[in-house]
Amino acid sequence: MNSFLAVMSFSDFAAFFVYDFVWYALIVGVLIALCSSLLGVTLVLKRFSFIGDGLSHVAFGAMAVAAVAGLTNETWIVLPITVVAAVLLLRTGGNRAKLNGDASLALISVSALALGYLVYNFSGSSNLTGDVCATLFGSTKILSLTPLDVGMCIGLSVLVIGLYLLFYNKIFALTFDETFARATGVKTQAYDLLIAVVIALVIVLAMNLVGSLLITALVIFPVLCAMRVFKSFKRVVFCAAVVSVVCALAGILLSIWLETPVGCTVVAVDLCAFLGFYAVGAVRQKIVSR
Amino acid sequence: MELLNCKDLTLGYEGKAVAEHVSFTVSEGDYLCIVGENGSGKSTLVKTLLGLQPPLSGIIEKSDVLKKAGGVIGYLPQQTPVQRDFPATVEEIVRSGFLAKSGLRPFYTRAEKQLAAEKMERLGISHLAKRCYRELSGGQQQRVLLARALLATGNLLLLDEPVAGLDPKVTGEMYELIKTLNREGVTVIMVSHDIRAVLTFATHILHVLHRTAWFGTAEEYANSDIGRAFTGGEQ
Repeated sequence: MNSFLAVMSFSDFAAFFVYDFVWYALIVGVLIALCSSLLGVTLVLKRFSFIGDGLSHVAFGAMAVAAVAGLTNETWIVLPITVVAAVLLLRTGGNRAKLNGDASLALISVSALALGYLVYNFSGSSNLTGDVCATLFGSTKILSLTPLDVGMCIGLSVLVIGLYLLFYNKIFALTFDETFARATGVKTQAYDLLIAVVIALVIVLAMNLVGSLLITALVIFPVLCAMRVFKSFKRVVFCAAVVSVVCALAGILLSIWLETPVGCTVVAVDLCAFLGFYAVGAVRQKIVSR
Repeated sequence: MELLNCKDLTLGYEGKAVAEHVSFTVSEGDYLCIVGENGSGKSTLVKTLLGLQPPLSGIIEKSDVLKKAGGVIGYLPQQTPVQRDFPATVEEIVRSGFLAKSGLRPFYTRAEKQLAAEKMERLGISHLAKRCYRELSGGQQQRVLLARALLATGNLLLLDEPVAGLDPKVTGEMYELIKTLNREGVTVIMVSHDIRAVLTFATHILHVLHRTAWFGTAEEYANSDIGRAFTGGEQ
C-alpha cells in the first residue's frame, strides 16, 4: 500500500543484524547519545547551548583540512583543533562580557563553516558534494565504521562517563552557582577547562553519528525533555541520558528500516520525544495549578 | 579572637581604584555591617574578601583560628535570575556547600549528609528537602542558600543584601534568624542598604566611601558625623 513505509519486510530488517556494521553503529550511537546528553545538562543550564553548535562548525573546518591533507584518520587533526577552540570559547563566553562572547561565537562559527567548505574545494575529490554532505549531516559515516573507530569511541566514552561520575557533585555546584563555588575555594577554572575538553571530545565523537550540523540537537533535546518533567538535578541528568539513548537506538533502527539518513532520523526522533515531554509537562502544569 | 584583619586595602578593577584606605578587623562573634552608597565599592569589597579578585594593594590577613576552620567564608549571594529555571532540589543545593571540603572525593559522606539534614532542620526547611528550589518563595530560597553557606564555613558568614526583594514580614524573620545564628557564635558580615536594621543589629560598622572608609563600633558610628549624616539623624 504505502510505498514509503513498505520499504522492507521484517525478515529483511532482522537480517541486517548479522552484519557487524549494524552493531557498530548501534554501539557507537548509544555511547555518543549518552555522553552528549550528560554534557548537555551543563551546557543548557549554563546558557552555553550554542557553544556546541560553534564547536561543531570548527570541527567541520578541521575535517576539511584533514581531507585536503589526505589523512586517513581525521580524528588526530580534528580533535586538537576542536579542543583548543572549546577552551577559547568557554573562556570568552564564561567570564568576560557576555555580549562579546555571543558575537565572537557566531563569528567563529560561520568563519569555520565557510573556510571549511572553501578548503574542501581544494581536496580534488570527485564527490565534493557527497563529502561535504556527509560531514555536515553524517549520512553514511556511522554505517561504515571500522573496529578501530568503534574502539576509539568506546575508550573516549568511558573516559567522559568516568569523569562525569567522578566530578558529578562538582559539576552540579559549578553549574548551579559558579561564584559560590569559587568563593569556597574550588578551582573553577580547572573544572571549566575540563568541561571544555570533554565537550570537544564529545563533539568530535558525535560528528560520526549526526554530522556537524545536527550535533546541537543531541546536546540540547534530551535535557530539554527531562527539564519539562523533572525538577531535581539528578533526575534530569538520568532522564536525559535515558531519553537520549532510547532516541538514538530508535533513530538508527528506523533509519535502517526506512532507508533514511541516520543523523536526521535520530534528530527527528529526538524532536518527537521533546514534543511528547512538552505535552506531558504542560498537562502536569495544568493539573497542579488547578 | 580575631578572624580577619584588613589593612589599608585599595579595591578596584584592572588598576582602577574604586575604594581606598579600607581598614577593618573582624573578631569572633562580631556582627559587622558594611554600608555605603551605590557604586562606593561594596560589591568590590565582597568579591575581594571572598578571594574572587585580588586587592590592588593592602593585605587581608586570615587568622589561624579561621584557617583552622577551613579558611572559608560562607557566602550568601545576592539573588540572581540565572537560577530561575534550574532543576535542583533543596537537598542537592544545601549539600553542595560541602564542595570545597570534599576534595576529589566523588560523593558526600554519611556524616556530611547528616550535618546537612541538621542545618536544614535548624533553618526550618527540612520539610522542603525534596522540593524544587525554583518553586520556593524568596524567603525560603534565602534560607536554602544560608544553609549551604553555613555548611561551607566553619564560623564566618558573608551576607550580600540578604533581604533584598523580600516582603517586610519575611525580612523581619530573616533578620531574626541571622541574629540568632550570631548569638550562637557565628560571626556575620552583612552588606546592607537597610540602615535601620544595621543600627539595630550591628556590633561594628564599616562605611565605605570613595576616597576612604570609616570603621568602628555601632555606638561610635551613631555618634559620628558620618553616621549622623548617613542615617539622617535617625535613632
